[in-house]
Amino acid sequence: MTNTDLTTVEGLTQALEAGNRRALARVISHIENNTDLALPLLAALYPRSGKAHIIGVTGAPGAGKSTLVNQLAGVYRQRNLTVGVIAIDPTSPFSGGALLGDRVRMRDLAGDPGVFIRSMATRGSLGGLAQATADVIMVLDAAGFDRIIIETVGVGQSEVEIASAAYTTLVVEAPGMGDEVQAIKAGILEIADIFAVNKADREGVDRTVMALKMMLNLGVPEKFQVMHHGRMLPVNLPETEKLPQGWTPPVLKTVAISGEGAEELTEAIENHRLYLEQSGGRILRDRLRAATELRMIMRDYLLETLLARTDAAVLEEMVEAVARREIDPYTAVRHFVNEKAV
Amino acid sequence: MDRKVRVLVAKPGLDGHDRGAKIIARALRDSGYEVIYTGIRQTPDMIAEAALQEDVDVVGLSILSGAHMALVPRVIEKLKELGMEDVVVLVGGIIPDEDVQTLLDMGVAGVFGPGTLTSEIVETIENALGRQPA
Repeated sequence: MTNTDLTTVEGLTQALEAGNRRALARVISHIENNTDLALPLLAALYPRSGKAHIIGVTGAPGAGKSTLVNQLAGVYRQRNLTVGVIAIDPTSPFSGGALLGDRVRMRDLAGDPGVFIRSMATRGSLGGLAQATADVIMVLDAAGFDRIIIETVGVGQSEVEIASAAYTTLVVEAPGMGDEVQAIKAGILEIADIFAVNKADREGVDRTVMALKMMLNLGVPEKFQVMHHGRMLPVNLPETEKLPQGWTPPVLKTVAISGEGAEELTEAIENHRLYLEQSGGRILRDRLRAATELRMIMRDYLLETLLARTDAAVLEEMVEAVARREIDPYTAVRHFVNEKAV
Repeated sequence: MDRKVRVLVAKPGLDGHDRGAKIIARALRDSGYEVIYTGIRQTPDMIAEAALQEDVDVVGLSILSGAHMALVPRVIEKLKELGMEDVVVLVGGIIPDEDVQTLLDMGVAGVFGPGTLTSEIVETIENALGRQPA
Protein backbone atom coordinates (compact mmCIF):
# COMPACT_ATOMS: atom_id res chain seq x y z
CA MET A 1 0.00 0.00 0.00
CA THR A 2 2.95 2.30 0.61
CA ASN A 3 6.65 1.89 0.36
CA THR A 4 7.12 3.03 3.92
CA ASP A 5 9.49 0.78 5.81
CA LEU A 6 7.52 -0.62 8.70
CA THR A 7 10.45 -2.59 10.08
CA THR A 8 12.46 0.27 11.56
CA VAL A 9 11.80 2.64 14.43
CA GLU A 10 12.06 5.67 12.11
CA GLY A 11 9.78 4.18 9.46
CA LEU A 12 7.19 3.12 12.03
CA THR A 13 7.10 6.40 13.92
CA GLN A 14 6.90 8.46 10.73
CA ALA A 15 4.13 6.31 9.31
CA LEU A 16 2.30 6.40 12.62
CA GLU A 17 2.48 10.17 12.65
CA ALA A 18 1.14 10.26 9.11
CA GLY A 19 -1.89 8.30 10.26
CA ASN A 20 -0.88 4.89 8.90
CA ARG A 21 -3.07 2.42 10.81
CA ARG A 22 -0.94 -0.58 9.93
CA ALA A 23 2.06 1.17 11.47
CA LEU A 24 0.05 1.93 14.61
CA ALA A 25 -1.00 -1.72 14.88
CA ARG A 26 2.59 -2.88 14.38
CA VAL A 27 3.93 -0.50 17.01
CA ILE A 28 1.40 -1.79 19.52
CA SER A 29 2.48 -5.38 18.80
CA HIS A 30 6.15 -4.53 19.27
CA ILE A 31 5.31 -3.05 22.65
CA GLU A 32 3.00 -5.86 23.69
CA ASN A 33 5.58 -8.47 22.72
CA ASN A 34 8.42 -6.45 24.18
CA THR A 35 10.56 -6.81 21.07
CA ASP A 36 13.90 -5.14 20.51
CA LEU A 37 12.11 -2.19 18.93
CA ALA A 38 9.81 -1.65 21.91
CA LEU A 39 12.04 0.64 23.96
CA PRO A 40 13.24 2.83 21.07
CA LEU A 41 9.64 3.17 19.88
CA LEU A 42 8.44 4.19 23.33
CA ALA A 43 11.25 6.69 23.61
CA ALA A 44 10.46 8.18 20.20
CA LEU A 45 6.73 8.44 20.76
CA TYR A 46 6.59 9.54 24.39
CA PRO A 47 7.22 13.24 23.69
CA ARG A 48 4.28 13.28 21.27
CA SER A 49 1.82 11.95 23.83
CA GLY A 50 -0.06 13.79 26.55
CA LYS A 51 -2.92 15.36 24.64
CA ALA A 52 -5.65 12.73 24.77
CA HIS A 53 -8.27 12.42 27.45
CA ILE A 54 -8.11 8.90 28.85
CA ILE A 55 -11.29 7.25 30.03
CA GLY A 56 -11.38 3.99 31.97
CA VAL A 57 -14.50 1.83 31.90
CA THR A 58 -14.67 -0.87 34.54
CA GLY A 59 -17.25 -3.07 36.23
CA ALA A 60 -18.34 -6.65 36.76
CA PRO A 61 -18.52 -9.15 33.90
CA GLY A 62 -21.79 -8.75 32.06
CA ALA A 63 -22.51 -5.26 33.39
CA GLY A 64 -22.44 -3.96 29.81
CA LYS A 65 -19.02 -2.36 29.53
CA SER A 66 -18.35 -3.22 25.87
CA THR A 67 -21.78 -2.14 24.72
CA LEU A 68 -21.43 1.09 26.65
CA VAL A 69 -18.00 1.74 25.13
CA ASN A 70 -19.57 1.22 21.72
CA GLN A 71 -22.16 3.91 22.55
CA LEU A 72 -19.67 6.36 24.06
CA ALA A 73 -17.37 6.09 21.08
CA GLY A 74 -20.39 6.67 18.84
CA VAL A 75 -21.30 9.90 20.65
CA TYR A 76 -17.71 11.13 20.45
CA ARG A 77 -17.67 10.40 16.71
CA GLN A 78 -20.80 12.51 16.30
CA ARG A 79 -18.84 15.28 17.96
CA ASN A 80 -16.03 14.78 15.45
CA LEU A 81 -13.57 13.52 18.00
CA THR A 82 -11.41 10.51 17.16
CA VAL A 83 -11.45 7.57 19.52
CA GLY A 84 -8.94 4.85 20.37
CA VAL A 85 -10.31 1.86 22.26
CA ILE A 86 -8.33 -0.71 24.24
CA ALA A 87 -10.48 -3.67 25.21
CA ILE A 88 -8.94 -6.06 27.72
CA ASP A 89 -9.94 -9.65 28.40
CA PRO A 90 -8.25 -12.23 30.60
CA THR A 91 -5.53 -14.64 29.59
CA SER A 92 -6.18 -18.23 30.57
CA PRO A 93 -3.89 -19.22 33.43
CA PHE A 94 -3.87 -22.76 32.06
CA SER A 95 -3.24 -22.46 28.33
CA GLY A 96 -1.83 -18.94 28.14
CA GLY A 97 -4.38 -18.31 25.42
CA ALA A 98 -7.21 -15.81 25.51
CA LEU A 99 -10.57 -15.22 23.94
CA LEU A 100 -10.95 -11.54 23.19
CA GLY A 101 -14.60 -10.96 22.44
CA ASP A 102 -15.25 -7.28 23.02
CA ARG A 103 -15.33 -6.40 19.32
CA VAL A 104 -18.57 -8.34 19.00
CA ARG A 105 -20.34 -5.51 20.84
CA MET A 106 -18.51 -2.76 18.99
CA ARG A 107 -19.54 -3.53 15.46
CA ASP A 108 -21.20 -0.13 15.04
CA LEU A 109 -17.70 1.33 15.06
CA ALA A 110 -16.40 -0.86 12.23
CA GLY A 111 -15.32 0.91 9.10
CA ASP A 112 -14.94 4.30 10.76
CA PRO A 113 -11.41 5.60 10.17
CA GLY A 114 -11.79 7.81 13.24
CA VAL A 115 -11.89 4.78 15.50
CA PHE A 116 -9.15 2.28 16.28
CA ILE A 117 -9.93 -0.73 18.45
CA ARG A 118 -7.30 -2.98 19.90
CA SER A 119 -8.04 -6.05 22.01
CA MET A 120 -5.46 -7.01 24.62
CA ALA A 121 -5.07 -10.08 26.78
CA THR A 122 -3.98 -9.60 30.39
CA ARG A 123 -1.02 -11.99 29.96
CA GLY A 124 -0.80 -12.75 33.63
CA SER A 125 -1.46 -9.28 35.01
CA LEU A 126 -4.06 -9.27 37.79
CA GLY A 127 -5.13 -5.67 38.31
CA GLY A 128 -7.77 -5.59 35.58
CA LEU A 129 -5.41 -4.29 32.91
CA ALA A 130 -2.88 -5.93 30.62
CA GLN A 131 0.87 -5.71 31.27
CA ALA A 132 1.50 -3.20 28.51
CA THR A 133 -1.71 -1.18 28.83
CA ALA A 134 -0.08 2.06 29.95
CA ASP A 135 2.38 1.94 27.06
CA VAL A 136 -0.33 1.16 24.51
CA ILE A 137 -2.40 4.09 25.82
CA MET A 138 0.65 6.28 25.27
CA VAL A 139 1.01 5.03 21.70
CA LEU A 140 -2.65 5.76 20.84
CA ASP A 141 -2.21 9.16 22.46
CA ALA A 142 0.89 9.86 20.34
CA ALA A 143 -1.02 8.69 17.27
CA GLY A 144 -3.34 11.64 17.85
CA PHE A 145 -6.60 10.14 19.12
CA ASP A 146 -8.66 12.72 21.00
CA ARG A 147 -10.25 10.27 23.41
CA ILE A 148 -8.90 6.92 24.52
CA ILE A 149 -11.31 4.51 26.14
CA ILE A 150 -9.95 1.54 28.07
CA GLU A 151 -12.30 -1.26 28.89
CA THR A 152 -10.92 -3.37 31.73
CA VAL A 153 -11.55 -7.07 32.17
CA GLY A 154 -14.74 -7.84 34.02
CA VAL A 155 -13.62 -7.06 37.54
CA GLY A 156 -14.49 -8.17 41.02
CA GLN A 157 -13.98 -5.72 43.80
CA SER A 158 -10.33 -4.92 43.97
CA GLU A 159 -9.00 -4.58 40.43
CA VAL A 160 -8.50 -0.87 40.59
CA GLU A 161 -5.40 -0.33 38.46
CA ILE A 162 -7.44 1.50 35.86
CA ALA A 163 -7.73 4.52 38.15
CA SER A 164 -4.04 5.23 37.81
CA ALA A 165 -4.09 4.79 34.04
CA ALA A 166 -7.13 6.95 33.26
CA TYR A 167 -8.09 10.54 33.93
CA THR A 168 -11.76 9.70 34.22
CA THR A 169 -12.84 6.35 35.63
CA LEU A 170 -16.32 5.14 34.87
CA VAL A 171 -17.67 2.30 37.00
CA VAL A 172 -20.50 0.40 35.36
CA GLU A 173 -23.01 -1.29 37.61
CA ALA A 174 -26.20 -3.15 36.81
CA PRO A 175 -29.33 -3.59 38.90
CA GLY A 176 -29.56 -6.61 41.16
CA MET A 177 -25.85 -7.08 41.69
CA GLY A 178 -25.69 -6.23 45.34
CA ASP A 179 -27.17 -4.33 48.21
CA GLU A 180 -26.13 -1.32 50.24
CA VAL A 181 -23.39 -3.24 52.01
CA GLN A 182 -21.76 -4.12 48.72
CA ALA A 183 -21.86 -0.45 47.90
CA ILE A 184 -19.84 0.64 50.92
CA LYS A 185 -17.12 -1.96 50.62
CA ALA A 186 -13.72 -0.74 49.64
CA GLY A 187 -12.43 -1.30 46.13
CA ILE A 188 -13.65 -0.39 42.72
CA LEU A 189 -16.51 1.77 43.94
CA GLU A 190 -13.97 4.09 45.51
CA ILE A 191 -12.20 4.82 42.28
CA ALA A 192 -15.25 5.97 40.33
CA ASP A 193 -15.37 9.48 38.97
CA ILE A 194 -18.69 8.61 37.38
CA PHE A 195 -21.15 5.78 37.94
CA ALA A 196 -23.25 4.34 35.16
CA VAL A 197 -26.09 2.11 36.29
CA ASN A 198 -26.59 0.18 33.10
CA LYS A 199 -29.55 -1.99 32.06
CA ALA A 200 -31.69 0.76 33.55
CA ASP A 201 -34.76 -0.70 31.89
CA ARG A 202 -34.62 -3.56 34.35
CA GLU A 203 -36.25 -3.94 37.70
CA GLY A 204 -34.31 -2.70 40.70
CA VAL A 205 -32.50 0.12 38.97
CA ASP A 206 -33.70 2.78 41.42
CA ARG A 207 -32.54 0.68 44.33
CA THR A 208 -29.06 0.42 42.85
CA VAL A 209 -28.93 4.14 42.10
CA MET A 210 -30.09 4.86 45.65
CA ALA A 211 -27.47 2.55 47.17
CA LEU A 212 -24.69 4.24 45.23
CA LYS A 213 -25.90 7.73 46.10
CA MET A 214 -26.12 6.81 49.76
CA MET A 215 -22.60 5.51 49.67
CA LEU A 216 -21.42 8.76 48.13
CA ASN A 217 -23.24 10.77 50.78
CA LEU A 218 -21.50 8.83 53.51
CA GLY A 219 -18.43 10.82 52.73
CA VAL A 220 -15.99 11.67 50.04
CA PRO A 221 -12.48 10.43 50.86
CA GLU A 222 -10.25 13.14 52.22
CA LYS A 223 -7.57 12.78 49.66
CA PHE A 224 -7.36 11.44 46.20
CA GLN A 225 -5.69 8.05 45.81
CA VAL A 226 -2.11 8.50 46.75
CA MET A 227 -1.60 4.78 46.79
CA HIS A 228 -1.08 2.92 43.60
CA HIS A 229 -3.77 0.35 44.20
CA GLY A 230 -2.80 -3.23 44.50
CA ARG A 231 0.88 -2.45 44.17
CA MET A 232 1.55 -1.06 47.61
CA LEU A 233 3.55 1.79 46.23
CA PRO A 234 2.69 4.90 48.14
CA VAL A 235 3.22 8.20 46.41
CA ASN A 236 3.79 10.89 48.96
CA LEU A 237 2.77 14.35 48.02
CA PRO A 238 3.25 17.55 49.99
CA GLU A 239 0.10 18.74 51.75
CA THR A 240 -0.40 21.54 49.27
CA GLU A 241 -0.42 19.22 46.31
CA LYS A 242 -3.42 17.16 47.21
CA LEU A 243 -6.06 16.94 44.53
CA PRO A 244 -8.65 19.65 44.84
CA GLN A 245 -11.99 18.57 46.21
CA GLY A 246 -15.25 19.49 44.62
CA TRP A 247 -16.15 16.60 42.38
CA THR A 248 -18.95 14.34 43.50
CA PRO A 249 -19.30 11.34 41.21
CA PRO A 250 -22.62 11.55 39.39
CA VAL A 251 -24.77 8.41 39.20
CA LEU A 252 -26.33 8.07 35.74
CA LYS A 253 -28.75 5.56 34.29
CA THR A 254 -27.99 4.00 30.93
CA VAL A 255 -29.40 1.36 28.63
CA ALA A 256 -26.31 0.58 26.58
CA ILE A 257 -28.07 -1.71 24.15
CA SER A 258 -30.38 1.09 22.96
CA GLY A 259 -28.03 4.00 23.58
CA GLU A 260 -30.28 5.59 26.16
CA GLY A 261 -28.25 7.82 28.48
CA ALA A 262 -25.08 7.68 26.35
CA GLU A 263 -25.29 11.37 25.51
CA GLU A 264 -25.63 12.33 29.20
CA LEU A 265 -22.81 9.97 30.15
CA THR A 266 -20.51 11.53 27.57
CA GLU A 267 -21.46 14.93 28.92
CA ALA A 268 -20.52 13.82 32.44
CA ILE A 269 -17.13 12.56 31.20
CA GLU A 270 -16.49 15.87 29.46
CA ASN A 271 -17.50 17.76 32.61
CA HIS A 272 -15.02 15.73 34.58
CA ARG A 273 -12.35 16.42 31.99
CA LEU A 274 -12.98 20.17 32.29
CA TYR A 275 -13.03 19.89 36.06
CA LEU A 276 -9.62 18.19 36.05
CA GLU A 277 -8.18 20.73 33.67
CA GLN A 278 -9.48 23.76 35.51
CA SER A 279 -8.67 22.50 38.99
CA GLY A 280 -5.15 21.41 38.09
CA GLY A 281 -6.17 17.83 38.77
CA ARG A 282 -4.96 16.64 35.41
CA ILE A 283 -1.42 17.82 36.05
CA LEU A 284 -1.53 16.17 39.45
CA ARG A 285 -2.76 12.88 38.03
CA ASP A 286 0.01 13.03 35.46
CA ARG A 287 2.56 13.48 38.20
CA LEU A 288 1.10 10.65 40.28
CA ARG A 289 1.18 8.40 37.28
CA ALA A 290 4.76 9.32 36.46
CA ALA A 291 5.80 8.62 40.05
CA THR A 292 4.06 5.25 40.04
CA GLU A 293 5.38 4.33 36.63
CA LEU A 294 8.96 5.15 37.50
CA ARG A 295 8.79 3.03 40.62
CA MET A 296 7.28 0.12 38.74
CA ILE A 297 9.86 0.24 35.99
CA MET A 298 12.60 0.47 38.61
CA ARG A 299 11.19 -2.57 40.34
CA ASP A 300 11.05 -4.57 37.12
CA TYR A 301 14.52 -3.44 36.19
CA LEU A 302 15.95 -4.39 39.56
CA LEU A 303 14.29 -7.77 39.38
CA GLU A 304 15.73 -8.42 35.94
CA THR A 305 19.18 -7.25 36.99
CA LEU A 306 19.11 -9.38 40.09
CA LEU A 307 17.93 -12.44 38.19
CA ALA A 308 20.51 -11.90 35.47
CA ARG A 309 23.39 -12.07 37.90
CA THR A 310 21.94 -14.91 39.92
CA ASP A 311 23.17 -18.41 39.18
CA ALA A 312 20.11 -20.37 38.00
CA ALA A 313 21.28 -23.50 39.81
CA VAL A 314 21.69 -21.62 43.07
CA LEU A 315 18.28 -20.08 42.64
CA GLU A 316 16.81 -23.51 42.04
CA GLU A 317 18.49 -24.84 45.21
CA MET A 318 17.09 -21.93 47.16
CA VAL A 319 13.58 -22.56 45.78
CA GLU A 320 13.88 -26.16 46.96
CA ALA A 321 15.12 -25.08 50.36
CA VAL A 322 12.20 -22.67 50.78
CA ALA A 323 9.73 -25.34 49.60
CA ARG A 324 11.21 -27.76 52.19
CA ARG A 325 10.85 -25.01 54.81
CA GLU A 326 14.56 -25.07 55.61
CA ILE A 327 14.79 -21.36 55.02
CA ASP A 328 12.15 -18.64 54.85
CA PRO A 329 11.69 -16.77 51.57
CA TYR A 330 12.79 -13.39 52.98
CA THR A 331 16.12 -14.68 54.21
CA ALA A 332 16.56 -16.48 50.90
CA VAL A 333 16.08 -13.27 48.96
CA ARG A 334 18.46 -11.41 51.20
CA HIS A 335 21.06 -14.02 50.35
CA PHE A 336 20.87 -13.05 46.67
CA VAL A 337 20.79 -9.34 47.29
CA ASN A 338 23.66 -9.28 49.74
CA GLU A 339 25.93 -11.85 48.22
CA LYS A 340 27.00 -9.85 45.23
CA ALA A 341 25.71 -6.42 45.97
CA VAL A 342 28.95 -5.22 47.50
CA MET B 1 10.28 -11.44 23.85
CA ASP B 2 6.83 -12.64 24.71
CA ARG B 3 5.46 -13.54 21.31
CA LYS B 4 1.84 -14.66 21.23
CA VAL B 5 0.14 -15.82 18.06
CA ARG B 6 -2.99 -13.77 17.45
CA VAL B 7 -5.89 -15.20 15.50
CA LEU B 8 -8.99 -13.40 14.25
CA VAL B 9 -12.05 -15.62 14.05
CA ALA B 10 -14.80 -14.10 11.95
CA LYS B 11 -18.01 -15.11 10.28
CA PRO B 12 -18.47 -13.31 7.00
CA GLY B 13 -21.77 -13.36 5.19
CA LEU B 14 -25.32 -13.59 6.33
CA ASP B 15 -25.80 -16.94 8.01
CA GLY B 16 -26.02 -16.72 11.76
CA HIS B 17 -24.72 -20.17 12.66
CA ASP B 18 -21.84 -19.25 14.89
CA ARG B 19 -21.52 -22.36 17.00
CA GLY B 20 -18.67 -23.75 14.90
CA ALA B 21 -16.81 -20.44 15.02
CA LYS B 22 -17.21 -20.27 18.79
CA ILE B 23 -16.01 -23.84 19.28
CA ILE B 24 -12.93 -23.13 17.16
CA ALA B 25 -12.29 -19.87 19.00
CA ARG B 26 -12.42 -21.69 22.31
CA ALA B 27 -10.23 -24.55 21.07
CA LEU B 28 -7.59 -22.15 19.77
CA ARG B 29 -7.66 -20.30 23.08
CA ASP B 30 -7.01 -23.60 24.81
CA SER B 31 -4.08 -24.13 22.45
CA GLY B 32 -2.47 -20.96 23.77
CA TYR B 33 -3.45 -18.49 21.07
CA GLU B 34 -4.92 -15.06 21.59
CA VAL B 35 -8.18 -15.27 19.71
CA ILE B 36 -10.06 -12.17 18.69
CA TYR B 37 -13.65 -13.14 18.10
CA THR B 38 -15.67 -10.69 16.01
CA GLY B 39 -18.99 -12.49 15.69
CA ILE B 40 -21.45 -12.90 12.88
CA ARG B 41 -22.38 -10.89 9.78
CA GLN B 42 -18.97 -9.42 9.10
CA THR B 43 -18.22 -7.91 5.71
CA PRO B 44 -14.83 -8.56 4.07
CA ASP B 45 -13.98 -4.90 4.74
CA MET B 46 -14.77 -5.26 8.45
CA ILE B 47 -12.72 -8.44 8.71
CA ALA B 48 -9.67 -7.01 6.98
CA GLU B 49 -9.79 -3.81 9.01
CA ALA B 50 -10.15 -5.76 12.27
CA ALA B 51 -7.22 -7.97 11.23
CA LEU B 52 -5.17 -4.85 10.63
CA GLN B 53 -6.04 -3.13 13.92
CA GLU B 54 -5.47 -6.30 15.91
CA ASP B 55 -2.29 -7.08 13.95
CA VAL B 56 -3.16 -10.76 13.79
CA ASP B 57 -1.03 -13.54 12.35
CA VAL B 58 -3.99 -15.64 11.28
CA VAL B 59 -7.52 -14.96 10.00
CA GLY B 60 -9.99 -17.82 10.38
CA LEU B 61 -13.20 -17.53 8.38
CA SER B 62 -16.19 -19.65 9.25
CA ILE B 63 -18.65 -19.95 6.39
CA LEU B 64 -21.68 -22.23 6.28
CA SER B 65 -23.78 -20.29 3.82
CA GLY B 66 -22.21 -21.61 0.62
CA ALA B 67 -20.96 -18.14 -0.26
CA HIS B 68 -17.30 -18.98 0.33
CA MET B 69 -16.29 -18.62 -3.33
CA ALA B 70 -17.54 -15.03 -3.24
CA LEU B 71 -16.43 -14.06 0.28
CA VAL B 72 -12.98 -15.61 0.63
CA PRO B 73 -11.39 -13.90 -2.42
CA ARG B 74 -12.76 -10.56 -1.25
CA VAL B 75 -11.26 -10.97 2.21
CA ILE B 76 -7.90 -11.97 0.71
CA GLU B 77 -7.99 -9.02 -1.66
CA LYS B 78 -8.85 -6.59 1.15
CA LEU B 79 -6.03 -7.94 3.31
CA LYS B 80 -3.61 -7.39 0.43
CA GLU B 81 -4.87 -3.86 -0.07
CA LEU B 82 -4.08 -3.14 3.57
CA GLY B 83 -0.59 -4.57 3.31
CA MET B 84 -1.43 -7.74 5.19
CA GLU B 85 -0.59 -10.26 2.49
CA ASP B 86 1.52 -12.28 4.91
CA VAL B 87 -1.47 -13.13 7.11
CA VAL B 88 -2.38 -16.82 7.17
CA VAL B 89 -5.99 -17.32 6.00
CA LEU B 90 -7.93 -20.41 7.08
CA VAL B 91 -11.45 -21.38 6.08
CA GLY B 92 -13.79 -23.60 8.07
CA GLY B 93 -17.36 -24.68 7.63
CA ILE B 94 -19.27 -26.50 4.94
CA ILE B 95 -17.03 -26.37 1.87
CA PRO B 96 -17.67 -28.81 -1.04
CA ASP B 97 -14.64 -30.91 -1.97
CA GLU B 98 -14.46 -29.45 -5.45
CA ASP B 99 -13.96 -25.95 -4.04
CA VAL B 100 -11.16 -26.82 -1.64
CA GLN B 101 -8.32 -26.81 -4.18
CA THR B 102 -9.56 -23.53 -5.69
CA LEU B 103 -9.47 -21.93 -2.23
CA LEU B 104 -5.98 -23.30 -1.56
CA ASP B 105 -4.84 -21.92 -4.93
CA MET B 106 -6.15 -18.50 -3.90
CA GLY B 107 -3.73 -18.56 -0.98
CA VAL B 108 -5.84 -20.10 1.76
CA ALA B 109 -3.53 -22.13 4.00
CA GLY B 110 -6.10 -24.69 5.10
CA VAL B 111 -9.75 -25.65 4.66
CA PHE B 112 -11.42 -27.48 7.53
CA GLY B 113 -14.76 -29.22 7.51
CA PRO B 114 -16.87 -30.64 10.33
CA GLY B 115 -15.04 -33.13 12.50
CA THR B 116 -11.61 -31.52 12.10
CA LEU B 117 -9.37 -32.06 15.09
CA THR B 118 -8.04 -28.94 16.78
CA SER B 119 -4.57 -30.42 16.48
CA GLU B 120 -4.85 -30.35 12.66
CA ILE B 121 -5.71 -26.65 12.72
CA VAL B 122 -2.91 -25.89 15.16
CA GLU B 123 -0.45 -27.82 13.01
CA THR B 124 -1.52 -25.92 9.90
CA ILE B 125 -1.12 -22.60 11.72
CA GLU B 126 2.29 -23.47 13.15
CA ASN B 127 3.55 -24.74 9.79
CA ALA B 128 2.26 -21.70 7.93
CA LEU B 129 3.95 -19.41 10.45
CA GLY B 130 7.15 -21.41 10.18
CA ARG B 131 7.14 -22.45 13.81
CA GLN B 132 7.58 -25.81 15.46
CA PRO B 133 4.24 -27.21 16.58
CA ALA B 134 4.03 -27.08 20.36
